[in-house]
Formats: sequence, structure tokens, C-alpha cells
Amino acid sequence: MTQFIATITILLSLLLGGCSQSNRPSLYQQLGGEAGIAAITDGLLHEIEHDQRIVHHFADTDIARFRRLLAEQLCELSGGPCVYSGGTMQQSHTGFNISLADYDALVEGLIKVMQQQNISISAQNQLLALLAPMYKDISYR
Amino acid sequence: MICTFTRRLILLMVLCCPVTALAGSKIIATGGATSIEGSAGGGIVPWAVTNGYASSGEWAATAFATVVGVDDFTLNVQGASVSYNNQWEWSFARQGFKLDTLGGELRQDIFGVKYHFAGELLYTALPQLSLGLQYKKNQDFALPQAVGARDDTGVDLYLAATKVLFDQVGGRNLLLNATLRATKAHQTGLLGFGTAADNNYQLVAEGSAVLLLNYNLALGVEFKQKPNQLAFANEQHWRDIFAAWFVNKHLSVVTGYAELGSIAGFDRQQGYYVSLEGAW
Repeated sequence: MTQFIATITILLSLLLGGCSQSNRPSLYQQLGGEAGIAAITDGLLHEIEHDQRIVHHFADTDIARFRRLLAEQLCELSGGPCVYSGGTMQQSHTGFNISLADYDALVEGLIKVMQQQNISISAQNQLLALLAPMYKDISYR
Repeated sequence: MICTFTRRLILLMVLCCPVTALAGSKIIATGGATSIEGSAGGGIVPWAVTNGYASSGEWAATAFATVVGVDDFTLNVQGASVSYNNQWEWSFARQGFKLDTLGGELRQDIFGVKYHFAGELLYTALPQLSLGLQYKKNQDFALPQAVGARDDTGVDLYLAATKVLFDQVGGRNLLLNATLRATKAHQTGLLGFGTAADNNYQLVAEGSAVLLLNYNLALGVEFKQKPNQLAFANEQHWRDIFAAWFVNKHLSVVTGYAELGSIAGFDRQQGYYVSLEGAW
């Protein structure tokens, strides 16, 4: 077993050696700042619009307002110079009965957009780490 | 053996080709691979995840073929599963354990059911928790009986906890799994169940750690504690390391290296692990 752990450790340090986490820029910067977050927001809106699984949830949504609030929220979450001015996640999703499959579909859309924009896997995972726990406030309300 | 496997591989590839075919909503790789017992998991450890990509309200089906070749034995496994609602998994696996040096073969069928009752792999602080049952039936019991096994059938029960932790090692996500199993099986059932002297369940621990390099590639290590109940030969714990490639939501390939310890008097059994899975 010791041999196994040693092999894995060496493999990992070789593979990930260049990815030291010290002195890394804020997530906001890693996502491309204001322009990057605007691009993610627009990309995600595009994904939603073309995803038959979830687009019906947005039938009565004021898209301009949703776009502004989503960008604000991603900016604030990632440590950018913004203040999210919308309601709580619980308030804004009540009555929508968002299912696990809906949430998975949105996350899949977000991943697709981040991949298209060549955001590093590390920054993607940092953002997913911030968004994943919102599931309990968003789902089945 | 290789020819059969290649044929199955090509068949699976053909079946997997229409990428536009329906797939569930779960995120790629979150259905795990299929363990040698047919349950979703790593290579030798069942996890709390359900096979395939069925999220809430969805169905999924998988089929797989696995070959494990060690010094004196070759294990061939084929099977299939159906999952529903990211909650239920029903599986079947047929194992053929070739005694390459001794001659002969031990065959075993495994029917599995898994129920995911709490937590969510990606989205909750609580790990995904599942209870599982595997009903195992020997098709060749003469040898297991001769070496001291009491029964040709057995039921394994397990509790599995699985969690993906984001941004852990070099910005990559880490999947951790712990499984607690109650079993009477010798060599996972290939050498039968229970002994004349002891028909009690043994409690064993199993674990997996997997680094998700990106959405499609993962490196893992596993450990499986095993009972040592038969007097005729030592049984030891199993371990493996593997690399998994989730080509898309319909096709995944796992290759690995397994250390299966002593089996039926043959020590230091080591070798390759190859598994191919199709999902719909």
C-alpha cells in the first residue's frame, strides 16, 4: 500500500507541480473580470434558451433584469467589486419547483460555457464550489 | 478471451456511437464506473452513486465488460444495470473466474440493488449515502465446497458514502468514497460463503480516492478489506490504481493495475484491469 501511495503522490506532483495555489489572482480576475463575467452570463443565457429541459422555467422571466442580477451575483461571489441587489436564492426560486435534473442541466450549461471561454479548470472548480451549495436554497421550492 | 473482449468492445462502441442519443442530466463522470460486482463504483469498490446519468425523474441503463488478469487467474465480468431518479439502481453481473494455472473456471452471478437515501454527490455538504444489497450465486460449487465453503449463495449488504470535493489538489476536484460491507463471501464469493465453523457476517471496510483531472479524465486508488475465513489458504486485502476516461456520457474506459494478494494458495497475484462501459 505504501508503494501505491508513493506512486500516486509522485504522479500527482509531476502532473500538478505547476499548479501551485500561492499568490494566485482572485477568482474574479481568473474569470476575466467584468468582461469575462459578462461573457459567462451571456453564454449561460444562450445555453438556457436552447435547453428544452429548463427553458420553460424562464418563460415569465424579465431577461434583462435576470442578466443584470446574475452578473452581479457572479461578480460578488468571485470577489469582484459588485454588490448583488437581488433577492435571496430561496425567495427568487419559490414556486418554480426546480428539480435536481434542472439544477444538473444548468450546471452542465455553465460548464459548457466556461469550457468554451477557456477558463482554467481550477477557476471553473472554484466557481462550482461557490455555486454547488446553493442547491438546497434553490431546489424544490 | 481477448477476442471475445474485443468483439464486445466493438459491439459496445457501435452501440455507443450515436452521441446524440438520449442521455440523462447528471454531470459527466458522476455515475462512476462499474465495479466487478456490477454496482456503480470504482473497479473493486461499490460507491453511493447510481450507474449512468439518470437525474431526478429520469431512467438510465448501462452495460459493461471487464477483464482482470493476474498471474494465475483471469476474471471476466459482463453485466448491465438500470437506474431511476438518481435513487435506485438494479444491476446484474456474470463473473467467470478462470483458474489459468490450476485449470477450470468458477462462475458466479450477482444481482444487485442500491438505494440512495441521503445527501448529494456534488451539491450538499452531506456525502451521498446509499444502501446496497448484492445477492451472489455460485454456478460451480464443487471446488468452493471442497475447500470448506458452507453455501453456494450469499448476500452482501453495504453502506456507501461518496462525495466530490471541489478545488482540492492543484485546483482539481477530489472524489472520496468509504464503504462498509457485511459479507460471508470468500474471495468476493468466487470461493463460496461461510464455513462449517463460522456462518456469521464479517464486517469489512473499503475505500476509494479519485482525482478528477478534468471532466473526462480521472486517476484513482482503491482498497478493499477482505475476510480470511477459509482454512485451506490465505485470503488478503485487494487494492488497485486506475485511470478512467469518460469519453462522453455514453462511453467510458477504465484501465488499471490490481494487487489481489494471495488467492487459493497462489501468492502475490498482480495484473491488469480493463473495463469498458456503455451508458444510455
